[in-house]
This record gives sequence, structure tokens and C-alpha cells, in this order.
Amino acid sequence: MKYIPHTKEDIELMLADLGMDNFEDLWKEIPEAVRFRGSLELPEPMSEYELFGHLSSMAGRNLSAASTVSFMGAGAYDHFVPSVVDHILLRGEFYTAYTPYQPEVSQGTLQVIYEYQSMITELTGMDAANASMYDGATALAEAALMAVDVTRKKKVLVAETINPRHLDVVVAYLLGRAELEIVKVPAKDGKVDISGLQELLDDDTAAVMIQQPNFFGQLEDSREIGELLKDKKALYVVSADPISLGVLEAPGNYGADIVLGEGQPMGNPLSFGGPYLGFFAVKDKYVRRMPGRVVGATKDIEGKRGFVLTLQTREQHIRREKATSNICSNQALNALAAAVYLSAMGKEGLHDAAKQSLQKAHYLYKELVAIGYEPLYTNPFFKEFVIKTKRPAKEIVKTLAKEGILAGVNLDIFNPDWDHYLMIAVTEKRSRDEMDKFVARMGDL
Amino acid sequence: MTAKKREKMIFEYSRAGRQGYSLPKLDVPEEALSSLVPEAMIRQEKANLPEVTEVDVVRHFTVLSQLNHSVDTGFYPLGSCTMKYNPKVNEDIARLAGFAGIHPYQPEETVQGALQLLYEMEQYLAAIGGMDRVTFQPAAGAHGEFTGIMLIRAYHEAKGEKRTKFIVPDSAHGTNPATAAMCGYESVEVKSDGRGGVDIEDLKRVLDEDVAGLMLTNPNTLGLFDEQIHEIAELIHGVGGLLYYDGANANAILGISRPGDMGFDVVHFNLHKTFGTPHGGGGPGSGPVGVKKELVPYLPVPLVDFDGERYFFNYNLPESIGKVHSFYGNFSVVTKAYAYIRALGAEGLRQVSELAVLNANYVMEHLKEDYDLPYDRICMHEFVLSGRRQKKENGVRTLDMAKRLLDFGIHPPTVYFPLIVEEALMIEPTETESKETLDWFISVMKQIAKEAQENPDILKEAPHNTPVRRLDEASAARQPDLRWMPMRADQVE
Amino acid sequence: MYPKELKYSKDHEWIRVEGNKGVIGITHYAQHQLGDIVFVELPEVGDEFAVNDSFGVVESVKSVSDLYIPVSGVVTKINEDLIDSPELINEDPYGNGWIVEVELTDSSELDQLLDAGAYEASLD
Repeated sequence: MKYIPHTKEDIELMLADLGMDNFEDLWKEIPEAVRFRGSLELPEPMSEYELFGHLSSMAGRNLSAASTVSFMGAGAYDHFVPSVVDHILLRGEFYTAYTPYQPEVSQGTLQVIYEYQSMITELTGMDAANASMYDGATALAEAALMAVDVTRKKKVLVAETINPRHLDVVVAYLLGRAELEIVKVPAKDGKVDISGLQELLDDDTAAVMIQQPNFFGQLEDSREIGELLKDKKALYVVSADPISLGVLEAPGNYGADIVLGEGQPMGNPLSFGGPYLGFFAVKDKYVRRMPGRVVGATKDIEGKRGFVLTLQTREQHIRREKATSNICSNQALNALAAAVYLSAMGKEGLHDAAKQSLQKAHYLYKELVAIGYEPLYTNPFFKEFVIKTKRPAKEIVKTLAKEGILAGVNLDIFNPDWDHYLMIAVTEKRSRDEMDKFVARMGDL
Repeated sequence: MTAKKREKMIFEYSRAGRQGYSLPKLDVPEEALSSLVPEAMIRQEKANLPEVTEVDVVRHFTVLSQLNHSVDTGFYPLGSCTMKYNPKVNEDIARLAGFAGIHPYQPEETVQGALQLLYEMEQYLAAIGGMDRVTFQPAAGAHGEFTGIMLIRAYHEAKGEKRTKFIVPDSAHGTNPATAAMCGYESVEVKSDGRGGVDIEDLKRVLDEDVAGLMLTNPNTLGLFDEQIHEIAELIHGVGGLLYYDGANANAILGISRPGDMGFDVVHFNLHKTFGTPHGGGGPGSGPVGVKKELVPYLPVPLVDFDGERYFFNYNLPESIGKVHSFYGNFSVVTKAYAYIRALGAEGLRQVSELAVLNANYVMEHLKEDYDLPYDRICMHEFVLSGRRQKKENGVRTLDMAKRLLDFGIHPPTVYFPLIVEEALMIEPTETESKETLDWFISVMKQIAKEAQENPDILKEAPHNTPVRRLDEASAARQPDLRWMPMRADQVE
Repeated sequence: MYPKELKYSKDHEWIRVEGNKGVIGITHYAQHQLGDIVFVELPEVGDEFAVNDSFGVVESVKSVSDLYIPVSGVVTKINEDLIDSPELINEDPYGNGWIVEVELTDSSELDQLLDAGAYEASLD
């Protein structure tokens, strides 16, 4: 029996100990009406060798970024991941552990999370971070709930330029709270219209939520928005691309109250959308209102430094229906990946990755514009931009995929009216040669 | 040589100029930063991340890993968490480039293998749960609960009903009432009866047309199968409510009993408990939600469908609750659970439950003399002891006994849960532990019961030989220290 | 344990009345049940509460309790020392561990409260 150690004798002995004749006796308390007497409709079991072969062939029917030149983004990015990251993730002591409820035998996981929290605060310019959330979208939704809870206001202003999928999740998270209202802040030329925001902002506003760089890759006037919110009760929530923070100002330095984002680019593979991690950081005064796990440093009875899960009274297992959120886990292994990534890349490496993404994206942008492609928006951008295409963007993506180029994300996925928009992301991995070939093919289409 | 018992912070290894990465040279003409990014948006000071070499990184994190207890290093009978062995081949499978390297927005024809996997996995889970369709978007059990309750909400609203209450037993996981509240429901507690099941009379007391549904774990958090499940289902359905199955304890019922047959309308599974995917130190998990036909229209988009030739994403659910995850959930976790199910098949899964339940009953039988057993019945995959005798007679708390287990290299059971049992110890051995391991655990538990009588101090001071000893949680919560800061004297070695 | 000059509520708050003002805290029994108190959420001066309203929260490492005001009133002072030293409630529940001072709106409500003997008896 696979993964099961019991010999026939073990089973007989154990049943005998219980005064039972067979397994059927174990199920005596399950009423016959709800007993399942059939056999589950599942395929026949496979040996390890067969299993690996079967799944390898399934994987083989997918086109991997590893064998393509990818310009896809829109919330998940093909950044470089040093080998060291996965080697650490494969330490069984990390990946087969549970939530660190017993701190005496979980110092590894706890210290990793503490280091991760420290790195996230450095990156974002905030005071404290939690141990991570499910992904960028749910982190944004939790920020909306937290802002409502902190301010006791009912209106959440969300920039129209935020990732539409993230907005969907915010809407779903707030469905059960009929008293709350989500209002979209209009955009002008691909970024938040400051005067439009000013008009919407009132005494009942709990939060203003923006994404920097925004969904279309454009840079928002996030400092001006920060100024606008300075003396307001509303919390300033910024969803940030963590790699961009290698060159872009830390949101903590322009007035953000909550900074969060999709953490995937920090050392996590694309994996068809998950598991990723949402990072979440706040200013000091909100620490006790922050959702999710948090690790703190303390001392043991001998005075030795150690780490514990702390501020647990915010959580569901104590507060039950009054908890700040129902979340009871974090994406610990993804946070580990992020911590190892940020350690290996370090101060200079993160800057370098950000700088190269920025420079290479601008190179490609100029080359595409030079051959006649029109950009959708023309504001400053970081590593991602949208061009208008003559043929449906979907066709271009399909055509080039056959040639091993993932040309970008066709935006009709998000909005049928955007069928001639192609969103292109460039990371530090792309070489000039790859981009020149891509431009040449785009010239043919 | 024994492992190091403590490790510096990674920041403390940092020296300006050290480097643990390499990137290609910038091979495009470099433009001035200020010509690309507005001055106000340029970062003035680089993030203060460590500057270390690759070997520093490897040693640091390897040493840290050695400070952890894990399934790979020892017994982990943590009730309600199903800490079973995590097969290694599944890790290799999830890392195949064709799974790990695919972007969620690739054209469907370039991800047919991944879509097929999701499609087939949906059928497997539907079969196991007795459900009609399954979404993989929820990233964890609590996320599954949230999704499931929102589906129930959408179902009632589509009928024009505004129900306000959700019933949760007093033995429930804390996530249940928290979820109900998050979804805008008043959570109403119902008592447990003398046998540990839902108290039917108390249930009748709280039932009315305002009840949207009931959340139940079966077997429940006491490890007991609620024999009255049919009656409970009839009562809830009788007032127009729906039943939500918290799948935390599904390891007991694979191929034995199906939530759909018990009368449940919505189910979440914890792939990281029941289907052998690793817990990762607290995540990532995966909490797929299965539903009966009448709730399918409300499922999050997209679903994965098959037209006879190709697999595709179906966004055409106009009544959908929308999305609960940026993409399609924790895909890589799903691949591991898929591999687990394919390795075991129907027969293998049934054996999982048989042996999980046999192991639990075996340990219970051998410990019920030494500890109080509040509900002396056949248990399912786990059982709950009480340390009230030791507390009363020897002044030793369950916490002390739990800490003492650490000295033996055993992870303690879940303690102080469920809340309805005083000084609770919730033990779940799982099926992947051998009789020898169980016998050894039993002998250690007996020794601890004896120590409680003869030498209680050894328990109160435990653990003695772990990397750190008991930690001051009160001062951690009073003056939260949540991040490393370079200039703080008390943080320097 | 339970000073004679104070009035007590069944929710384990005490009140010391001087003129039309009352100082409020939690009892020895309550602080003992909670264990190490790690955080106190205080109201703001000027907040107005009706009798039995929740006026704040005390937290220990693993529990949370709402504080219920034993009489209606307007908050005139809060004990700011508790922000940095919540353990004062454990150390000196009737002295330095006081929580708020209120101006009573209806002193007849005091008659509903227990004296030390009755409170202590209610604990068994």
C-alpha cells in the first residue's frame, strides 16, 4: 500500500486490540443511509514511474515560459529566480512543517517570516508587515475591509486603473456587506484623474485604493494623491509591484497607510497563477488592526532571542465572529521564496532587476513605436505598456505562440472592447536580441 | 555534530559590496533614469536589503530549517491538521516546466495539459464529495468557507430572500463564525449534545426562516461522526436553508461516506490535509469548493469545460459571485493533489481512511486510562482527550504536557481546542504512521502522565532541549517587535 | 481583593464614585481570569456611553474581552499609562490600573450595582 506502513499483521493486531474483527467495525457509528457502498469513480492507481510519465506528458502539452520568449504580465511576471530559491524551498523541514503554533520547534519558519516582514517593510517604507496573504487581489480586498473597520466609514474609492481582476475580488469580498459602497475613481489618459478623485472624496470615504504602476503599466501621480489625502480620515492604499520598488519611491514616503501587492515576482514561479503571495504592510498605528498572521521577536525564559506568532487576538481562533478576517494561514512557503529571493538579490540586485526591466521595456517600446505601433497611453511607465494592434491582439498572441514567443496579454480577456490592445511586459530576462526578433515579427503582422 | 540552536539574522551577515546574484549585462542603450521616471517617483534611497553571498544565503536558511519540526523529521499528531506524509514525486511533478512555467493568461491551446488536469481533478473531487461541480479558486480552507457561504448567499438572493443568520455548532473551528460574519451573517451558536453531536433540540430552537444555512464538520472537531446528520439536514432544508460541509476532517471518510449523500449542498476540501500536499509552514494550501447543481450558476469564474475536443475557460456564468482569487487558485498545489489521487485510486483512498481511523482508535484505546476521554465512542481519524485530571490532581496544565512532548521530538497534539472540552488534547495520528511509531507515542504519553504525578516540575519547565525554551508571549504582544532594525542594540548578537 | 468602597457590576467592572464622577476599572477576579494583559483599547475623552455599552477592549495573549460600562456617562479622562503598560491592570487593578473616568449622567443607576460582599458572593 502506497504511503501506508501497515503490514497485514499490524492491522490484525490493532483491530484485535480494539476488539474488532475487520474494518467494517470501525464504521459502526455511520448510519447505513449515509454509508457509501460503491467504489469511487476514479482511474486505476499508478506506480510512481507511471505517474511521473503521465504527468510529464500532460505538462508537455503546455507551452512553458522556459522554452519561450515571454512578454506576458498583467499581474504575473517572468522575472529571474536564482537557483538557490528552489533549493531552500525543497528543504523538507520547511515545506512539511505546519503553521508555527509551537514556537520552540518552529524557530526556522518564524525567523524566516520575521525576516520576510522586515524586508517587506524596507521595500515599502512602512512600519510593519504581516506574514503574507493568499495573493495580491485578496490582499487588496482585505485592505478595503480593514480600512472600513479602522475608519468606520462606508465608501471605498477604487481607481479605475487597478487590475480588473483584483477589483472583481474586492467586489466579491464586499458582497456580504450591503452597507458598503465601492466607487470607481475615473481615469484620464490612463491614470487617475486627480480632480475626479477630489470630487468623490468626502467624509464618508474609508479608503482610496490605487495601483502603482497601474494595470496598464502607467505611473500614477501617487505623491499628489498622497498630498490630497494628508489630512483626510480615508486610508491611502497602494498596491505596488515589488520589483518596481527597486527604482520607484517607497509608498511609505508618499503617505500610504497600507501598501500591498502581488508578491509573485519575488522568487515565485508562474505556476499558472498560483500559489502566489500577497504582501501587506501598514503604518505603526494600524498594526493591531492588520489582518493575517504576524511574527514578533521576544525572549525565552533564559533570555535568548526567539520568535512567536503574536497579536493573535485579532484572529479568528480567538475572536471568532469578531475577527479582523477569517484568514488563518499565510503563504509561508511563498514568503520563504520571497525572503530567499530578496536575500540573494539583495540591495543591489533588486535595484538592478528593476533598472533592467525599466530600461529594456523602454527600448522595446521605442522600437515598436518606431515601426508604427501606437501606444494606448503615453504617460511614464515602468516595465509594462499597451499598444494598439491592427489585427485582433488575440490572433497575434496565438500566431507568435506557435513560434515560441508569448507576445503579451491580449486585453479582450478583461474587456471585449479591448480586443485590439496588446499589453507587453518586459523583465530583466529579455535580451536585446530577443526583443529585436520580436519587433521584426511584429513588423510582419 | 548537533545542529546549531540559533541563527543570526540574515541582515547581520550583510557587508556592503557583497553580492549573491548575477544578471545579464544591460544590453540596450541606458537612458537617464530621470528621463523615464518623474523625479517625484524616483526612489531616493535603495531598500535596505541584505548584501550577502550565495553561500551565506544557503547556510543561513539551511540552518534555520534545522530549527523546525516537520513531517519529514518526526511524528506530528496535530489534531485537525492531518499532518500526513507528503510524497516526494509530487514535488517533482509540480516543478515540471510545463506546470511551473506557464503564465495564467496564455492562449488556451498552449495550456491544454493544465486545463485537462483541472478538468479531471474536478471530476475526482466531485466523485469523492458527491457533488456536481468544483471551483479551485479558494487558496485555503478558510477561503473555501468564504467562497461557499457567498455561494449560499447568492442562492438565497436569487430567490429574492434576505436571510440573516448562519448556524455554527459550539464545537466548530473558529473560522466558521468568522466566515459567517465576513459574509454579513449573524452567526448563531448551537450546542453539542452528550454524545458530541449537534443538539437537535437546541437546533430546533434556533431554526427559522431567517436561517441561511448551517456549517458543519463531519466527523466533527471531536473526531466523532454525527449520526444524526440526516435529521440535521432535513431540519435545515425544511426551513429553506443549506448545509455547508467544512472538509477539514475528510481524511476519515474517503470512499466511506460522501458529504453529498449526507445532505450537504456545499463542500470545501483541504487539499493540504486530505490529499497529501505539504503544509509549507502555514501555506500555501488549497481549498476547492464543490457544490450541488442548484448552486452551480453562482460559482466563481472561470470554470474549466471540455467541448469534446479541447478544454477551455468558461466565463459565461452571469449570476457568478465573481472572483475570489486573482487567477484560478493555487494550481501547483492542485497538481500535487491530483498526483496523489492518481497514485492511490479509489481503493487506495479508502485504505487511507480505514488506516487513519484505525490508527486513531488504537492510540485512543491505549491512552484512555491515563487521560480523561470525554466522549468514549469509536472515533474517526482523530480523538480528543482532556487533561483535566492532571490539572486538578497535579496542577499540570495541558500546555505543560504539550511542551514536554517536544523534549521527545514529538510535535504536540492540538491543544485547547475544541473549546467545549476542558484542557483539550486533540490527537490525529494519520494513516502514514506505523504501529511502531504509535506504540512509541503511547509510551511517551504514558510516561508524561506518570511524570505529572511524580515530577510535575519537569513538565512545568518543559521543554528542556529545544532550540529555544518557553517564550515570553506577553511581552511580544505588549511591545510588538515585528521587524529587524539595524541600529538597535538589543538585536545585535 | 474587593475594596469595600467600590461598586461592582456582574461583568466584573468596578466604579469609584466621587461627586458626579466615577473612575472605572476591572476587578481582581477579571484580571486574574484574563492572565497577562497585553493591550487595552481605550475610548476617547468626550465619548458618551449608555449603561452596559462596550467602552473598550482588554486583550491578553490569547483572549479578548469587551469592557462594559457599569453606568451611563461621558468620558472625562482615560488612563494613558495603559497604552504602554497594560500590565498595570494586572499589577494594581484598583489603583494605577484604572481605565476611564466618566461624568455620570444618571447616578440612580448606581443602585443597580453590587457591593463588595454581593460581588464576591456572585463569583462562586
